[in-house]
Amino acid sequence: MLRLPPYTYHRPRTVREAVELLAEHGTEAMPIAGGTDLVPNMKHRLFTPTHLVAVGGIPGLGGIDLRALDDGGWELSIGAAETLASVAESTAVRQHLPALAKAAAHIAGPQHRNRGTIGGNLCLDTRCTYYNQTEFWREALGYCLKKDGSVCHVTRVGAKCVAAHSADTPPVLMTVDARVELEGPEGRRTLPVRELFVADGIWNSQRASDEIINRVLIRIPGPEEALGPIRSGYAKLRQRDSIDFPLLTVAVSARFDPEGRVRQLSGMVTGLGSRPRELTRWEELATGEPLTDEVLEALSERAGRQCTPLENHIVDPEWRKAMVPVITRRALADLTAPAHAS
Amino acid sequence: MSTSLEIVRLTVNGDLRTAGVPPHWTLLETLRYAMGLTGSKQGCDKGDCGACTVLVDGEPTLSCITPVWEAEGHRVTTVEGLAGPDGPHPVQDAFDRYGAGQCGFCTPGVLCSAAALLERTPTPSRREVKEALAGNLCRCTGYTKILDAVVDAGRVLAERTSGSGEASHG
Repeated sequence: MLRLPPYTYHRPRTVREAVELLAEHGTEAMPIAGGTDLVPNMKHRLFTPTHLVAVGGIPGLGGIDLRALDDGGWELSIGAAETLASVAESTAVRQHLPALAKAAAHIAGPQHRNRGTIGGNLCLDTRCTYYNQTEFWREALGYCLKKDGSVCHVTRVGAKCVAAHSADTPPVLMTVDARVELEGPEGRRTLPVRELFVADGIWNSQRASDEIINRVLIRIPGPEEALGPIRSGYAKLRQRDSIDFPLLTVAVSARFDPEGRVRQLSGMVTGLGSRPRELTRWEELATGEPLTDEVLEALSERAGRQCTPLENHIVDPEWRKAMVPVITRRALADLTAPAHAS
Repeated sequence: MSTSLEIVRLTVNGDLRTAGVPPHWTLLETLRYAMGLTGSKQGCDKGDCGACTVLVDGEPTLSCITPVWEAEGHRVTTVEGLAGPDGPHPVQDAFDRYGAGQCGFCTPGVLCSAAALLERTPTPSRREVKEALAGNLCRCTGYTKILDAVVDAGRVLAERTSGSGEASHG
């Protein structure tokens, strides 16, 4: 039996009200939407807020809409409180960014996706073998750098927490240059998802503790655009495909010319360090080329060489390293799949 | 801070229930320890195993990681509410016929996930059943009988709705 620490549960009706509650209670307060990440973490005493501000039921945080932009493109706007199940099943998401629907459908298990939200996935706490444990377990080890202690049991040296960013939707959103709209006491701001995360496992987000993510905004190219439509891909490694967090996630996006040659290619990998990282120097291998087996092989191999998994997961880091090219290849395969959908 | 009780009002299995609970209780704690509905099980108690699965507005939900206040104003269905006035839910009957219960600890959660699936997809394929039950762990590892039972419950439901035969209560 794991008891929650005591808290007062606030149910504001508007985002403004929620932000004011967060500001009023400062570090004693945390926002909660589906609770699928925060509640287990509270049961492990990783967070002990005395005020929870529930944002899941705020009407302004819902809806998945597609609206025309002045430049001929479209904007897919996903309310932060939309559940992962509704993102996975959304016709608009499946049509315009199938890798996002696929990523959402591969997060945790069905019950988590029914409650967990896309905004919550963007706020997911970093994870580590030495951190996501009961307080009893952590105390026995003398705690760790991320919480209550001063030693990192992964690196054993240094003062930097290397808990892994373990959310599946951000890498997909990064490959298509999506943005998030945040709202805090000072008002609203938008931030590219590429800039949302920092390389600090203790708190890896640019989101201030009194800010709420309102919406995720994704630009969809219009039919007239010279660079053509964006294709996307996603693949994930985990111990049990039914439920687990990623040991490794790769997201890719690409644009092709009418002959099927690559114009743009972008790849992100996560599950390794405290923030997703870009797979670099891909364009020199692929630009102007069709995605033949040889090109896919070269891209995957280069991805593998760029990644150095740590012992922040329970599995052997060498196995994870060996799986980087395999998972990258699977994500890239989505780009050329006939259906181009999950 | 105050640890006094607060009144929560829940619609559980069609009944409006009220209880005084500490404000930090989960839905599962409220069902089990304030309302006497001990069918929903407290397994891992941190959202991994699915034994605490109940339906909130028909959707499988992990009651052990759901603050009780999130259920106010919504319909909660537990395993105790699956059977109707005419007898067990078809998936409960199929569990009996296939011996799918085994040790029984994961059963209430599995039945809730399966009932929600059958509501949405009355004759699910084996793959659809596997996907719907992906968040329900069975430590007896007796998944084969569970899958057989849910697929067969779908068959029984199809026969009932098409009126092509008597419902099997073998």
